[in-house]
This record gives sequence, structure tokens and C-alpha cells, in this order.
Amino acid sequence: MALLDMQAVRGGYGDADILHGVSMTVGEREIVVIVGPNGAGKSTAMKSVFGLLTIRGGSIVFDGEDITGWAPDRIVQRGICYVPQVDNVFREMTVHENFEMGAFLRRGDLSAAYDRIYGLFPDLKAKRRNLAGDLSGGQRQMVAMGRALMLDPKLLLLDEPTAGLSPKYMEQIFQITRDVRDAGVSILLVEQHAKQALAFCDRGYVLATGANRHEGTGQALLADREVAEMFLGG
Amino acid sequence: MTFLDFLNFHLVPGVVLGSIYAVGAIGITLVFGILRFAHFAHGDMATLGAFVALALVTAGLTPWAALPVAMVAVALVAIGVDKLFYDYLKARPKIMTVMASLGVALMLRAVVQVVFGVDPRTYATGIVRPDDYFGLLLRSRELYTLAAVILIVVGLTLFLRHSRWGKAMRAMSDNPDLARLSGVDNRKVTMLTWAIVGALCAASGFMLGINTELDSMMGWQVLLPMFAAAILGGVGRVEGAVLGGLIVGVAEEMSIFILPAQYKAATAFVLLLLILLVRPRGLLNGKVL
Ligand SMILES: Nc1ncnc2c1ncn2[C@@H]1O[C@H](COP(=O)(O)OP(=O)(O)OP(=O)(O)O)[C@@H](O)[C@H]1O
Ligand SMILES: [Mg+2]
Repeated sequence: MALLDMQAVRGGYGDADILHGVSMTVGEREIVVIVGPNGAGKSTAMKSVFGLLTIRGGSIVFDGEDITGWAPDRIVQRGICYVPQVDNVFREMTVHENFEMGAFLRRGDLSAAYDRIYGLFPDLKAKRRNLAGDLSGGQRQMVAMGRALMLDPKLLLLDEPTAGLSPKYMEQIFQITRDVRDAGVSILLVEQHAKQALAFCDRGYVLATGANRHEGTGQALLADREVAEMFLGG
Repeated sequence: MTFLDFLNFHLVPGVVLGSIYAVGAIGITLVFGILRFAHFAHGDMATLGAFVALALVTAGLTPWAALPVAMVAVALVAIGVDKLFYDYLKARPKIMTVMASLGVALMLRAVVQVVFGVDPRTYATGIVRPDDYFGLLLRSRELYTLAAVILIVVGLTLFLRHSRWGKAMRAMSDNPDLARLSGVDNRKVTMLTWAIVGALCAASGFMLGINTELDSMMGWQVLLPMFAAAILGGVGRVEGAVLGGLIVGVAEEMSIFILPAQYKAATAFVLLLLILLVRPRGLLNGKVL
């Protein structure tokens, strides 16, 4: 059974539905990518998993438990962490303080968690006393991921982690994403760089106007003529 | 005028007044940064603190022993005011909370006037002569004021830098959505913020009262300089509020060199206008208002 199982989810921010029946699953240790045009509802679909949306239909089951309609703080405790698309670090706090805030709900000795994070992001170790807002875009993205990983989630939601990054940083973020997966975390990510993301993920979903359009393994989607024409620029 | 006269009659009073403004401005900047509105009841909360201390002094405590008790009392009042009034408006546009705080200001002032009357009061009677420190004239109440302000600022800074809930307050000020995603309980941070803000109000009111005199309008009259100080330093920045407070206090005392004394109160207003024109985010780059 899949770790995350979303079925026919409908809902939105206010009265109007933005998602009109979105279904997707994420398995254990799987990297699943959501692609689609701007405004398709990719971020919204991700937020629905994290309880940031009014859900009016369908169900979201995580790790065998129905979490539909749960509040974000409860979902966090259950093992899902979320990195928003924008404003995803505490800019006026240091890198290390960002990690501390990520572990806000965790008590006890955190030294193992810090070792793990600085192991994943060695570049940040030297910058741990710098303000997150002073870092480069790529490093800030790493801080955002690190903050989310501090709670040791089973599922990590990443909204466009490579937006605005140079190809070098993009590769690095993808590599770290793989490392995180290899450490046992499942990953659902939204990507603007559809080609590269589909090439690196296990499976993908194409969303358009708030509904599923295509799904399959990354390779299959890359090979699909229609997907290529619509979303990958031919 | 000799240099010592300048120090004794302008700089020292400016620094004392400025550090009192600083304590008020820190509270304003915390409310601005974390709760995101302009708290117009700030001055009258300070008045309340000054008079609570007066009641304690009348009951037999020494003024400086009354201060911590008054701080705790006003902290509780601030939490209560939030629960009774501001909390109901939190989902509404912030301007409503701002207006409500104006109402709270009038209410607090009315309570003080009913209980303590409208005549000026003092904590102690008689004239205190300053002591002479190699020509520098300082009253013990001024030394205590400066020491108390330093203690408050250092204590608060350490709390915000290093404690778990201090960091939660900074996180809430920095990025409220992300703080919530990280599991920070907004209600607890709000309550803690009001407790600190109330205590700071009481401290500033008390110190203003002991260095001048108490009357029911005292807090309202320092509201503008305290806001000017908070904005001058950069909204949301504690160090900025301290810097801004000192600048406004010293500038007010210096203004008599270029302005007739009755315009002293306009100094803060002019500084506020200038900073908003030239550097709206304040000296230390605070939040955009
Ligand atoms: N907080 C919000 N409140 C109301 N409507 C929103 C909100 N966020 C997004 N929307 C609307 O929901 C729709 C889907 O937006 P969403 O952000 O999910 O798209 P997206 O696929 O992530 O796009 P992008 O590629 O630009 O990030 C859009 O029409 C958008 O205007
Ligand atoms: Mg998006």
C-alpha cells in the first residue's frame, strides 16, 4: 500500500474549487514529481496534502491513516514536512536557527539530527552562523529543505525547489533529493523544469486546470508525444 | 556654556529620556513585528504601570521594589486586554485592531483617572540633589533608570536570541506562515508577546514617572516619540528601538538650541517625517510598513 494515497480530492482556498478531483499516490522511498503549466494547481495539490486547503471531496490517506481535513501542525507530527514555493526560510535567523525552528516540535537531544542535516548539506556547515536571507538562492533552498528534514519526516513535500537556480545548483538539489530518498524519505515535488525532473524522478503526474491529465513513470511521460507537445516545449 | 554644562543639562537628560523612550519603543516594535499592528494603547498602558507602582508605593513599597510588581501586573492586564478585545478582531483587517487599541487607550486612561484622579503625583516628595561625579551631575534615580534599562535590554536580547520561545517570537515576526508550519503555536507566542509588552510598558511608565511626575496623560504624551523611535530604528528591530529611543530623547533635549522650548514635543514628529521620507525602513532596515 502506498505511503500517501490521494483520491479524487476537490477543494480550494475559499468558496471556489481549484482542485477538481486530483488523485495521486507516493510509495515508500519513491520520488514523485508533479508537472504542469502555471496555475494548474500544482502548489494547491501539494498544500491539500498538508492541510492548508478546504477539502470538499475525496480523501487523503497517509501511512494507513485518513488525514483528510487535519490541521497542519497535526500533519507535521504525523510525519509529513512541507517546503513552500516562496518565503521558505526565516531570513533574519541564522542557518542553524532555521534548523532549530524546523525541530521546534522535537524535544531531547538533537545532535544526531544536526549531524545528519550538515552531512546532507556540507556547504551549510561553514555558513551556520550566517543569516539565511544573506545566502544565495541555492543555499537558501538547502536551508529550506534542511529545516523541513529536522523533524525526520516520512514524506517530504517540495514545491519548486529549483526555481530560479542555475543548472549547477539544480543538479545539486536533485542529487540531495536523491540522497534524502536514499535515507528513507519519500518525496513529492513540484517542478518547473519538467524535462530534467521527469528524467530524475520515479514517477510523475501532469496536472492541468486542477485535474490529473497524465501519469506514469518519468521515462514514459518523457516519451509521450502529447505530454511533450503540451508541457515540455516539443 | 561649558562642555560640562552641555553634558549635565542636555546630554544626560536626553540619554535618560531616550532610554525611557527606548523601553517603550521596544514594546511597540514587538507588537508591530509579531502581531502586525500599531498599538495605540501603548502609552496609556505605561500610564497604568506608573500608577500601579504609585499604589504600591503608597502601600509602603519603595519605588524600585514596586517596579517589578507593577511590571507583572501590567503584563497580566496586557494579556487580558488582548483576550478581551484584540483577539476577536484577529481575522479582520488590522486597521480594526488599531482602532480598538485607541479605544483601549481611552479606557485605561479613564480607569486611571477614576482611581487616582487627574492631579499630578510623585513617588517621593522633596527635591533630590544630584551627586557630583568629577563634574558630572547625576541623580541616583537617573543611574537606576539607566541600569534598569540596560538590564531590560540585555535580558530581552538574550531571551530573544537564545531561548526556545524567544526564537519562536522572532520566527513569528520573520515569517509567520513558516513559523506555523514549523509547529509554533501562534496563541502562545501572542500571549508571551503581550506579557513582555505589558511589562515593558509598566517599566517605561514607572521610569518616566520617577524622573518627572505622574499624571493621567503622561503615557499618551510620550506615544508619538515612542512610535518615532520604533520607526526610526526599523520596525521589528529591538536594537533599532533602543537606538531610535536614544536619538529621539537626545534630539528632544537638543532641540532647544534651534527651537523655542515649547516646540520640544515637535522634535519627534519632525524626526518621524524625515525618516519616513528618507529611509522608510528605518536605520536598521526594519519591516516595510
Ligand atoms: N492562496 C490562494 N488563495 C486563492 N487562490 C489561490 C491561492 N493560491 C493560488 N490560488 C489560485 O489557485 C490556482 C492554482 O494555483 P497554484 O499556485 O496551485 O498553481 P501552480 O500550478 O502551483 O502554478 P505555478 O507554476 O505558477 O506555481 C490559481 O488560479 C491561483 O490563482
Ligand atoms: Mg506553484
